[in-house]
Amino acid sequence: MNVLIYLVPLALLLGLTGLVAFLWSLKSGQYDDLDGAAVRILPDDDVPPSATREQ
Amino acid sequence: MSETHDLSMFVERGDAGASHMTLAVDGVACAGCIRKIESGLTKLPGVIDARLNFTQRRLAVDWRNDEIDAARIIEALERIGYRAHPFAPERVEADDSAQAKWLMTCLAVAGFAAMNVMLLSVSVWAGNVSDMTQETRDLFHWLSALIALPAAAYAGQPFFQSALRALRARQLNMDVPISLGVTLALGLSVFETATHAVHAYFDSAIMLLFFLLIGRYLDLAMRRKTRLFAGNLASLKAEFAHRLDLSGELVRVPAAALHPGDRVLVRPGERVPADGTVIGGASEIDESLVTGETLYRAVRAGTTIYAGSINVSGALTMRVIAAGAGTLVEEVERLLERATQAKSQTMRLADRTTRLYAPVVHATAALTAIGWLMAGASIHDSIVIAIAVLIITCPCAIALAIPTVQMIAAGSLFRGGIILNGGDAIERLAEADTVVFDKTGTLTLPEPRVDAAMGIDPEVLEQAARLALSSHHPLATALARAARERSPYSGAIEEPGQGVRVLIDGTEARLGSAKFCGVAEQTQIAAWPDAGASFITFTHAGKTATIPIRQSLRPDAVAVTTALSQRGMHLMVLSGDRAQAVAPVADTLGIGDWLAGLTPAEKIAVIERLKLQGRRVLMVGDGLNDAPALAAAYVSLSPITAAHLTQAHADALFLGDLLAPVLRAVTVSRRARTLMKQNLALAAIYNALAVPLAIAGLVTPLIAAVAMSGSSLLVTLNALRARLAS
Repeated sequence: MNVLIYLVPLALLLGLTGLVAFLWSLKSGQYDDLDGAAVRILPDDDVPPSATREQ
Repeated sequence: MSETHDLSMFVERGDAGASHMTLAVDGVACAGCIRKIESGLTKLPGVIDARLNFTQRRLAVDWRNDEIDAARIIEALERIGYRAHPFAPERVEADDSAQAKWLMTCLAVAGFAAMNVMLLSVSVWAGNVSDMTQETRDLFHWLSALIALPAAAYAGQPFFQSALRALRARQLNMDVPISLGVTLALGLSVFETATHAVHAYFDSAIMLLFFLLIGRYLDLAMRRKTRLFAGNLASLKAEFAHRLDLSGELVRVPAAALHPGDRVLVRPGERVPADGTVIGGASEIDESLVTGETLYRAVRAGTTIYAGSINVSGALTMRVIAAGAGTLVEEVERLLERATQAKSQTMRLADRTTRLYAPVVHATAALTAIGWLMAGASIHDSIVIAIAVLIITCPCAIALAIPTVQMIAAGSLFRGGIILNGGDAIERLAEADTVVFDKTGTLTLPEPRVDAAMGIDPEVLEQAARLALSSHHPLATALARAARERSPYSGAIEEPGQGVRVLIDGTEARLGSAKFCGVAEQTQIAAWPDAGASFITFTHAGKTATIPIRQSLRPDAVAVTTALSQRGMHLMVLSGDRAQAVAPVADTLGIGDWLAGLTPAEKIAVIERLKLQGRRVLMVGDGLNDAPALAAAYVSLSPITAAHLTQAHADALFLGDLLAPVLRAVTVSRRARTLMKQNLALAAIYNALAVPLAIAGLVTPLIAAVAMSGSSLLVTLNALRARLAS
């Protein structure tokens, strides 16, 4: 059971990383405009015209 | 006359000559709109950044003062094709979004802790039935404590603070048993861990917080969503006023920026932006939104006029006054104050449950401890069992039972065009048994329309309506709504106070008063018996048409009132308008119980009388004169076109030209209330099963965890049925 000495802190660390990542994303306003994020992906005019023409 | 546009009250000045403004944007529907608006604005010289929030339909713009100003940005948006309105966020909204962020942070912390503690707890439960050594179990319990204690101290704050506030006011609320349960569970677990016991309750305590925070967050999210929407609507509807400065210059300012003493010019067809006294000019005004009266009132210098009325014929100059003694506004505000105090006495279902619940739980726990002591158990065992009772009865399911249903029912109402001002309105809507309607603007459409009953040649009507597009007169505006072709005739000339004329196919067409069109007045009015209609005359190439314009019923009014009476509601009409105007409406709708010519105080008196008879009144009204009655009623609804003060006192607002939202509000609320009661019953059954086990001392942490999440899940699933119903 000695492996617990590594595994338990590792599990906690992973959990904490998730929590910190979530709090960071909340704080940086990533959930302020959920519908907008869904539609902003659609327009492709940020792709240079040459890239689409070569298809 | 030169005109400037003053938007300074909406602009935030930043450092180094930069400014920021938030705008509510109308008509944003797709991804293309975001692109168009953002790139269109950032291309302008001086604009630093423009970002559209698609969820909130709001645009944040930053710019440098020396290159561009707020008015030019709004003009630019109009050129791109979007109407934008400066938006001043209300304090409540800012508080709400800070609160929502805080709750979400607490929820995240509780969620993280619950997952990790559960990971350790499941290992202990598995270990207890296999070969786990005592040292490993103690280590896992201490690890759980290490996670749970700080997490509970942080994520439990919303409950601890609210419980402390209640106790300071010498009251009990739902948060008192919650805080007590969580604190005792954690304290007991630390003690048990220190004495190498088999069971610890860290998981129960933290999971309880997690579920409860979900309920809290849902509750707040519902309120935020409706407030946000209402805030946008308010700024889309925001009125502008033409203020006359001392130099005689005309400045266009938001109505909210007017101060008592300001001089304001009100042109024909414009809404009066504030209460005031006329100091110049003479006109007729339409006060249907203020008093319900549909006949125009003549005003001249010295007359008091109210915000919300429409200036019909001549230009007026007015001086803004604050609500002074003896004015209608002052009377309405005084009545409102009294009515609002009376209303706060109705108690919510959740509050009633808590008042019953908390003492019962605490008494049960105390009796359990005493019972076990008397039965000869040790003090330690008795206290452990009593605390187990407290933990298992913690009102997890009860706390979720009502907000989840409210959230889903509010969503369903929202899709039906009804915006709630508060979650408890649903309960009160469901209990209403009498519906009192105002007439003008509620049963009838807010704007007058062409009366279709009188057969007018459609071709002539179309020509008249198209010509009406060139006029600002309210009657012409009403007529213009009938026009299929939306482009006005070119070269139309408006003669103020008389009418418009234009050349159609080489001959002159005129639209306006009978005199302006050269028709004798008496002959046409005599042909039309109803006093409620106003007339506008149209002549072209020898043909003359007299077009009646009147307040018409909302198209589905008859169907909705019939359906409401079929559901056992008693219907009534209370109007400030004349009896001759109310009688035909009540007659058409089959409502026998109606009163006309009422003042705001008389409307309240009627509602109070109904209350004494034990009736629960749902008041539907839009006028300023309805505001006190709305506040006095058990529950109230207003169309979105209502006066500002009236909207603020209604429990819910509805959108659109139909009356159907009233019916939908009643139906959805009744269903929601049934589900709330079912949910409370489910929570009670859970307690009925779990509490005897706890009293008997048989509850292990595993049973507590399963029972708690099981009941919460069941209640949430049941609440989802509110969605299926609509």
